Amino acid sequence: MKIGLSSMGKDINSMLDVRFGRCNYFVIYDTEDSSVKAIENKGQMSGGGAGIAAAQQIIDEGVDVVITGNVGPNAFNLFKNSDIKVYRCGSIKIDSAIQSFKEGKLEELTEAGPAHAGMGMGAGRGFRGGR
Amino acid sequence: MNIAILSGKGGTGKTTVSTNLSTIIGANYIDCDVEEPNGFIFLNPSQIKREEVQVDYPVVDSNRCTLCGDCAKVCQFHALVRTKKDIMLFEKLCHGCHACEIVCKQGALTFEKREIGIIEEGRYGNLICRRGILNVGEPMAVPVIKKLLKNFPTGINLIDCAPGTSCNVVNSLQYADSAILVTEPSVFGFHDLKMAVQLVRNFHLPFGVIINKYNAEDDRVQKYCEKEDINILGAIPYRREAAEAYSSGKMIVELPEYKEIFEEIAKRLREVFPWN
Repeated sequence: MKIGLSSMGKDINSMLDVRFGRCNYFVIYDTEDSSVKAIENKGQMSGGGAGIAAAQQIIDEGVDVVITGNVGPNAFNLFKNSDIKVYRCGSIKIDSAIQSFKEGKLEELTEAGPAHAGMGMGAGRGFRGGR
Repeated sequence: MNIAILSGKGGTGKTTVSTNLSTIIGANYIDCDVEEPNGFIFLNPSQIKREEVQVDYPVVDSNRCTLCGDCAKVCQFHALVRTKKDIMLFEKLCHGCHACEIVCKQGALTFEKREIGIIEEGRYGNLICRRGILNVGEPMAVPVIKKLLKNFPTGINLIDCAPGTSCNVVNSLQYADSAILVTEPSVFGFHDLKMAVQLVRNFHLPFGVIINKYNAEDDRVQKYCEKEDINILGAIPYRREAAEAYSSGKMIVELPEYKEIFEEIAKRLREVFPWN
């Protein structure tokens, strides 16, 4: 199973980015062989439809589970149609987030959050992992 | 002759200037601020005709589609996405460019139309008044503006632009022969005036400035215009009576003092932009 996490950096020691569409990287962790790879989020610099562009990348990578802070309505519907499950997590280290997921501690997102929650550098607005 | 009225900053008085000026010089009024067209409140035209503005959007034939995803890849606006089950369309992001249709090897895409706004045209005395109205929630105003400015009424047309120096304003300016920049004596008004000046200079349009909400204490706009060799067409003072007339939907030229000011502006206008 492949897990895609929105991340501020390129490796498992980076912090998870609670923004989905506008995060810098996606860290993709494969539970089969514990391999890790990072891809740059092309949605980040997009003028519009950042979440959509980011979701397309995740779908193309064949990811089964997404861990992030909040997903807007567009990306949420895309994941639903691709049978990708989304789990909410706060801003902790990527490896801790993976650990929490494995232990079943993360909450599954069953509905989309507000659009544009990650805009404005993610500070002061939108979700902070539910805190 | 098409004269664009722009300001840089919102709430400076583009609509006040354009509606009042159009009655004074006998020019047709075209409201291009399609997100909030409010010139009709003051001119209140009659015999209104309506026309829909439509844009194309793709429809995927799932029997033909092989889910290759080429259409999603070519879309610059992320309007199409390939999921595991289907191609999903986000119609509000679609610019109707037909690139997806060109790359689809299966011929699975056809186009349908949806309404994003309307064009209204009416009369105020002998003047033609037109406006575009973008439906609430629609992100793209340009198709409405393009349709609105496709055919101009004969004579002089005043084009009331959207605030700022956005796509919408740039699109409106493409159809203009000259421009009037409305500004106000404030830090923000002045900042945005400079941006608007840059914009009209890039279009090589003859232009002049009208200072609205004028107060004698603040002369930074005058100093700037002097230095940059820009014509000041007039100054409209800030008075309670004018604000009251405006807020009850009346034209401020109904006040004798303001009528004089607008007549003065009209005179200067003829000097700056000669027309027949």
